[in-house]
Amino acid sequence: MTARAAPAPADRIDTGKQRQARIVGFLLIGLAIFTAFVFGLDAAGDATFRLSRPRDPFALPDLVVPAAPFLHIAAALLAFLGARQFLRGGIRWTALSLGIGLAILVAAFLVWATAGKAFSLTGMLQATVVRAVPIALGALAGVLCERVAVVNIAIEGMLLAGAFTGALAGSVIGGWGGLVSAVAIGGLFGFILAALVVTYRMDQIIAGVVINLFVLGLTSYVSSQVFAEYRALNNAPVFRSWKVPVLGDLPVIGPVLFNQNIFVYGAMVLVVTATYYLFHTRSGLRARAVGEHPRAADTLGINVYRTRYIHVTLGGMVAGFGGAWFTLGSVGRFDENMTGGRGFIGLAAMIFGRWHPVGALMAALVFGFADSLQQKLALLNTPIPSEFLAMAPYIATIIVVAGLIGRARPPAADGKPYVKE
Amino acid sequence: MDVELRGITKRFGPVTANADVDLTIRGGEVLGLLGENGAGKSTLMNVLCGLYRPDAGHILIDGREMSFAGPGDSIAAGIGMVHQHFMLVPVFTVAENVVLGVEPTGRLDHLDLATARAQVREINDRYGLQVDPDAVIEDLPVGLQQRVEILKVLFRSADLLILDEPTAVLTPQEVEDFFAIVKALRDAGKAIVFITHKLHEILAIADRISVLRGGRIVGQGDPAVVTEADLAEMMVGRPVSFTVDKAPATPGAAILEVADLVVLRENDEIAVDHLSLSVRSGEIVGIAGVQGNGQTALVQAITGLARPAHGAVRFEGRDITHASVRARHAMGMAHIPEDRHRSGMIANFTIAENMVLNSYYDPAYASGLQVDWDRVNLAAARFCVDFDVRTPSVFLPAGALSGGNQQKMVVARELERETKLVIAAQPTRGLDIGSIEYIHDRLVGARDEGDGVLIVSSELDEIMGLADRILVMFKGRIVAEVDNREGRADRNAIGLAMAGAAA
Amino acid sequence: MSERIRVNEEMRTLLARTTRGRAGFEDLVVVPVFAVIVALILGALTMLATNVDLATIGKSYVALLHGSVGSLNALSETLTAAAPLVLAGLGLALGFRTGLFNIGAEGQLLMGGMAAVMVGFSLPGLPAVILLPLCLLAGAAMGAFYAAIAGYLRAATGAHEVISTIMLNLTSYRILDYMLRQPWVQKEGRADPISKSVPEAAELPRLLEWLDPNLRVHAGLFLMLIATAFVYWLLFRTKVGFEFRASGENPDAARYAGMRSKLIIVLAMATAGAFAGLAGANQVLGVLGRATPGFSAGIGFDAIAVALLGRSHPVGVLFAGLLFGALEAGGRQMQVDAGVSIDLIGIIQALIIVFIAAPLLVRAIFPWGFRRSRDKAGGQP
Repeated sequence: MTARAAPAPADRIDTGKQRQARIVGFLLIGLAIFTAFVFGLDAAGDATFRLSRPRDPFALPDLVVPAAPFLHIAAALLAFLGARQFLRGGIRWTALSLGIGLAILVAAFLVWATAGKAFSLTGMLQATVVRAVPIALGALAGVLCERVAVVNIAIEGMLLAGAFTGALAGSVIGGWGGLVSAVAIGGLFGFILAALVVTYRMDQIIAGVVINLFVLGLTSYVSSQVFAEYRALNNAPVFRSWKVPVLGDLPVIGPVLFNQNIFVYGAMVLVVTATYYLFHTRSGLRARAVGEHPRAADTLGINVYRTRYIHVTLGGMVAGFGGAWFTLGSVGRFDENMTGGRGFIGLAAMIFGRWHPVGALMAALVFGFADSLQQKLALLNTPIPSEFLAMAPYIATIIVVAGLIGRARPPAADGKPYVKE
Repeated sequence: MDVELRGITKRFGPVTANADVDLTIRGGEVLGLLGENGAGKSTLMNVLCGLYRPDAGHILIDGREMSFAGPGDSIAAGIGMVHQHFMLVPVFTVAENVVLGVEPTGRLDHLDLATARAQVREINDRYGLQVDPDAVIEDLPVGLQQRVEILKVLFRSADLLILDEPTAVLTPQEVEDFFAIVKALRDAGKAIVFITHKLHEILAIADRISVLRGGRIVGQGDPAVVTEADLAEMMVGRPVSFTVDKAPATPGAAILEVADLVVLRENDEIAVDHLSLSVRSGEIVGIAGVQGNGQTALVQAITGLARPAHGAVRFEGRDITHASVRARHAMGMAHIPEDRHRSGMIANFTIAENMVLNSYYDPAYASGLQVDWDRVNLAAARFCVDFDVRTPSVFLPAGALSGGNQQKMVVARELERETKLVIAAQPTRGLDIGSIEYIHDRLVGARDEGDGVLIVSSELDEIMGLADRILVMFKGRIVAEVDNREGRADRNAIGLAMAGAAA
Repeated sequence: MSERIRVNEEMRTLLARTTRGRAGFEDLVVVPVFAVIVALILGALTMLATNVDLATIGKSYVALLHGSVGSLNALSETLTAAAPLVLAGLGLALGFRTGLFNIGAEGQLLMGGMAAVMVGFSLPGLPAVILLPLCLLAGAAMGAFYAAIAGYLRAATGAHEVISTIMLNLTSYRILDYMLRQPWVQKEGRADPISKSVPEAAELPRLLEWLDPNLRVHAGLFLMLIATAFVYWLLFRTKVGFEFRASGENPDAARYAGMRSKLIIVLAMATAGAFAGLAGANQVLGVLGRATPGFSAGIGFDAIAVALLGRSHPVGVLFAGLLFGALEAGGRQMQVDAGVSIDLIGIIQALIIVFIAAPLLVRAIFPWGFRRSRDKAGGQP
């Protein structure tokens, strides 16, 4: 028998990660050039960002940023990051560099758009949090379902059902009654999805699409058949903001985080609770086991079917709560198809947040930012057509799911039905 | 603890997996349960551990009749199953996997991992298992993962341990260590059922042997007196020859050359580490090694399914490193994939459609844009006859065939045309002995026609029986090369090489 | 080189065609029929729940029947509504067979229709025999391109096409809105978003105009039939169709057999998008004559139901599309005669899919009519 000697050490091997680092480097340098020439040359004057509102106890002075210098610095930073990617090619820095680069780009964009005008930064951050709520709650619902390996395309429908129920029940039995009803109806649809998928083994995506179509049809039908005539059934009270004492008076973070309505606070509480539940309790461990390796969980006596039912129903309840925001937390009146794709953006936020409740919340804030940005920019009369701005959240979603900002692993059994022998 | 199975019968539709099985297992004893693939061993044990409910029969523990509604009940009764395919959550730690289902908790359902870790360490020490409670499963080598499975059953105070094909993933030296642990458990009073189809192992470890064939117990054996040949005959129902009849090899020029090949995994880890080998026409080269040492990546690089990061693959002197799978087919490369269900065939397609899965575009079956299904069906019928694929019709979905016939169908598809190189990855995994013998004959036949044959298998017996030359693969490299033309290679040395301790 | 193969006895038995058997019949006919009946019943219950009295419910279903098949006009309306559903549904069925969930038919339809309109009014001088096919081609090409975006993302990055096609849908509405505001697209003298009309040469001619100028059934009917035959041929007789089906059933095995799965994904999405785009072109050239915001009117989503109801088989899709066309034509009559909102049809359609996609559910509700499936319990261990 002959033993083989160990081979000579390797020359540098081109791995996928290194290619990715180089592509990101290119991108950053391209963005740097774009910032310098498109934004930089066009900017005149100063961009004024208002940080406080007239009645705030601790007033901060306005942030005045000279546009052209800022843009040149931004371009330089981007170029630096891009060059660093090429030279170092550090794999762990790729995602971070891209993230920082995009943040710089957005800041540059804001400064360019605001040059010569004034703009309430605090107001926009406040709107960001508000707009992020349905997305975050939708994403959280998605996390609860996908952690037990059930793909929930029906979040959109559950949000819509929650909105509808909130409006209808709210008009009849008041705000709190409407809220409870919305949560219950969301839970009902979660239960239906669980039944279709777990017991009747329907394809998870088709089941989700069907529930969406059904809810859309039902709510549109009742809206046009009943609400048009009985206007009083579509006139729900809206939950007002409630300021947290002391914390609500802090500059910037006060109005943004501690002077919001129950939905924002509810979302924060739910995210914290979900994180503790999933990662620090026994039930959470079992739920995650069901999502990663249902057969293993089954052999250890864990009831896979019941676990899936429970968590998908819980997810539905969270989505119902999120849906109620559209009516009870916003306009008090239900319009057909008012969720406008927010449930799907929530799914994207879930993927972006790596199936972790806190990550999903962060991702939802990013999407909320894009959403409030396009609204504010429309007010600022930027030369970009409003339709393109409206597209921004959707394009952002596509970029996220394409994994251009890092790939992540879903729970291993995601999407596959579990069949006990 | 004594466990008795009386008259156990279990059916799946028209198939009877267990028929009227009687079995007794006593504490402080290792019962070897022997049977070939498909004999019903796993089914019987799944009945015992509560995953299946028997259609007839009784389970008695210490004389009392038990009825299990699910695995939870059998675990509570003291039965612990160490599955052949590990039931471990890859992203959890060892401690999390061990306590799953019986977790120590604090207030508000808080998961008490600190206690769990301490308890795992305690069992480690008591039985000499040495596994780090905080290690993540997917980072552990297979031998250690198996110890975690054992930890699981011991944590639940199992008095009866069922070990289902436990040595399939171990090197010969690891098998020795494993047997030591089993003996320690037996001496501590546990009852142990050792399920395997490997004859020399069962003779080494069992105190008593029962043989299962076609769902029935067909014989008992005392390891002190019974021979491998006796056991084999009981397993299969006819005398079995252990050696593959083959004429001596007459190798010619090199057909396949792999030079300094580097293949990376998805996470950019090195799977194949600067590997070189060659296969000549008219010889069978066997790659021995425990699964997980890069064999899959190597086969994928040779067949065109994965792009190497460095190095070259040459076929008859031509560089094919970046050639497509289809181009390699056309050159005469055949590939029998290692997982027939996932990559070898399409279960919902008919047998005829499967037969042309990689030749439907050939002028023999296609003209212009269309496929001529009449010609395909005719050819498929001929292949079924030629390759002993037992089926009532070529229009049956392939998923309805038995494992052996499915694999013969795949072999038919690959070998029916003119081939120059045959790559066979785990070609007889999970098959009955009849199909195993048939496929071995076909592979030797291909060699005798002048093909080069490369077999990758984790069953050392298969490699030793078939290969003219044996290469041992460990951590992505070839660490040993052995001449086996006389069939008398040093098994022990190969085993050491497989474990990374080359002589 | 063809050699004469001696067909011996063994081979002859192997080649005997197995009959589909009762299980196949149940799957293809019984389940869909039951699904439709149950959905209609549940629709009636929904109406009851919203305070519609029994007499009106009766009137609605009568109107449904009358408006779909009760007169020549009704039949014409049914066929007109069915054509785009079948076209888009064929595309979706093709996608499903390849394992792709193309929820983006609506957006592809919109973009295809937009392209057809724009080509139409940009080339007014051309004769019909050139302009009409050109416009149809433009619609198909645009739909194919739009879908290929999602296909490419899926092939290159693994991005799930459900989310990307939904996002592309939402984007397409905005693109259309933007286009309809552009001066070279917008109709002269109008301030509302409406495009220029296509010239007569680009329109799909009405078939029964000589009988009654109000009958709207148009040449899109032929498109529908030709497309059905084409997709059947493509899926079951061509090499490409074999690749589509193999990738849909087991993408790993297809890859191991040498099929280029990434190319197949993009090709399948593009083909599906082409049919959806064609459906959009069919609408603007045969019915609408111009583009307005959201002119797709949910056809792309209904087509999903059609594809599922038709079990992703071209002939099934044809029948399913005719049924849904009937529901739509009848639904309009129902709204006029009985005053019940047409959204009810949407509910009925969703219910139909539920029962189609969960045969186990139908069996649970209607155990009679199905053979006691003794051999269904579990497969090989």
